[in-house]
Amino acid sequence: MTDTLRIPLARIAHARSGDKADWVDFGLFAWNEAGYQLIAREVTAARVQAHFAPWLPGQVDAWPLPNILAIKLVLHGALQGGGARNLRLDNLGKAMGAALLRLEIEVTPEELAQALQSPKQGWWPDAPQVTGV
Amino acid sequence: MSTAGLLLGVVPHPKSRMRQHDAGMNSSIRIGSGLGFYGDNWEPVVASIEHGNVQFIASDHLAELTLAILQKDRQRDPALGYARDVVPMLLRLWPLMQPRGVRFVCNAGGLNPMGAAQAVRTALAAKGWHPRIAVISGDDVLGQLHHPDVRFDHLMNGSDITTVRERLVFGNAYLGAQPIADALAQGADIVITGRVADAALFLGPLVYGLDWKLHDATREEDLNRLAQGLAVGHLLECSGQGSGGNFGSQGAWQCIPDLAHIGYPIAEVYADGTAVITKPPGTGGRVNFDTVRQQLLYEVHNPHAYFSPDVVLDMGQITLTDEGLDRVRLTGARGTRPPEQLKVVAGFEDGFKADITWGFSWPDAWDKVKAAEAIVRQQLHERKMPFDELFVEYPGLNSAHGALVSLPSAAELNERTEIWVRMVLRTRVKAVADGFGRLFPWMALSGPAYTCGFQGMNNSSQLLGIWPTLIPREQVQARVEMLEGQP
Repeated sequence: MTDTLRIPLARIAHARSGDKADWVDFGLFAWNEAGYQLIAREVTAARVQAHFAPWLPGQVDAWPLPNILAIKLVLHGALQGGGARNLRLDNLGKAMGAALLRLEIEVTPEELAQALQSPKQGWWPDAPQVTGV
Repeated sequence: MSTAGLLLGVVPHPKSRMRQHDAGMNSSIRIGSGLGFYGDNWEPVVASIEHGNVQFIASDHLAELTLAILQKDRQRDPALGYARDVVPMLLRLWPLMQPRGVRFVCNAGGLNPMGAAQAVRTALAAKGWHPRIAVISGDDVLGQLHHPDVRFDHLMNGSDITTVRERLVFGNAYLGAQPIADALAQGADIVITGRVADAALFLGPLVYGLDWKLHDATREEDLNRLAQGLAVGHLLECSGQGSGGNFGSQGAWQCIPDLAHIGYPIAEVYADGTAVITKPPGTGGRVNFDTVRQQLLYEVHNPHAYFSPDVVLDMGQITLTDEGLDRVRLTGARGTRPPEQLKVVAGFEDGFKADITWGFSWPDAWDKVKAAEAIVRQQLHERKMPFDELFVEYPGLNSAHGALVSLPSAAELNERTEIWVRMVLRTRVKAVADGFGRLFPWMALSGPAYTCGFQGMNNSSQLLGIWPTLIPREQVQARVEMLEGQP
């Protein structure tokens, strides 16, 4: 497997984080079916837990949702007990969706090309054309 | 003051209040998003009322922590304890809603729904406006949480409430859509609640306007359309987050037009539960498959069992389809009967914090920051100031993503133009938190050189822990009261 690439999820997916008590939850969304095949294969609860472990070593739950090309993730113990006692500037974990998008996955150049070149499932009339790999 | 009539349970809407959009007379309803939190912007709601053809606006003023803020207000003044922005909001919006027959539902009542309703009534009456205002209460269960022989274990970690019972400051059950639907059936123009499930602010008008079964929903078809209604409410409860705001992505958020004039989402919901999410014409933002699904999963845990007091939603078969510019069709929500218990969120006093932010410029900025930190720790030790934790982060370096990203080397940091440090003390002792800021000013003349900013001299505050738990449904009695006539 010499020709696999390591890419951050941000290349092929988007995400939003939210908080409830001490848990931060993430919606992770592939732009299209080809991208969903990659995140469904690569983004397991164990991988996400390992990604956050140097910072927040809590349990992670994951639910794939192929109907909306998404994975739902929940990270336990993420907010020092909850937003109203969390001392961080980002006390609600609003920027943690971006932290998830830093997670690197392994894909082949062909897989990446397919994910980037397949049209987005959503309608983006104002989007500039995505080109290149 | 007029006497508020106390009305319990389902009351048929009086014929005198029949109106164009009354129960069961609609094949579809259009409902628009109000605020998404206490402090949000209501100006985008104007476009929904004037150009969005809505019959209802529903407005969520209560995030999980908001009751903690309102509790502090109520401690200062018992007449407060509600989200005060509802008053100027309705002064702006009511004259636009009234001639169009648009009705308004909100949870701005917080810990004092009657106080909110009276403040709104007084403010609107001063302009000569006299809407019928319904007040929904009964969510306050703090008294029950104090019963020593009932267990209210922490919903997420199973801890026993006795560890925090003495420190509880509020405890509120999440009510459902029924009292809201009842209030609308009684002819309310404005419905003001305390804590209700956020999505119930939207589900209530849908149940009322489309004549859906609710407490008596047992058939799969009844439960599935309630699930559709819950999903609609969930998509609309966070204002602009449902129409392209806060769209988390690399490179795509720039393609969302005119966030400065974002239109809040509107749902067009049909009697069978089918819904289209859209927004007012001529506004910024974007409603498409991507922006809608980011909101669909927001603050959801198990997507196959999204709980509410009215129905449990399974998102596993939901379909979202773009059907034209800023129109997304939502179908496939599946519903099952709601649980016998309601969710409660309580808050408890959990110590104090004080935080300061301090900057140093080149040269040696990193070394100076580390020296300043060491001096602060020495002072805390020598003055015997008790604390649980001194939390340190470096804004611009690691406050967003913590230890996920390693810091550059000390040598590189010492060459930076400036380094900022934020030090936050956690302590059980209020006087220690209040005194933390005073450890710093002397260092302006007697500490490391080239400080380029300091904030936080008087910056202590109370911390609150959140205690989510469950309560048997029969222990919570929702009340609907109608305020009529002159204040």
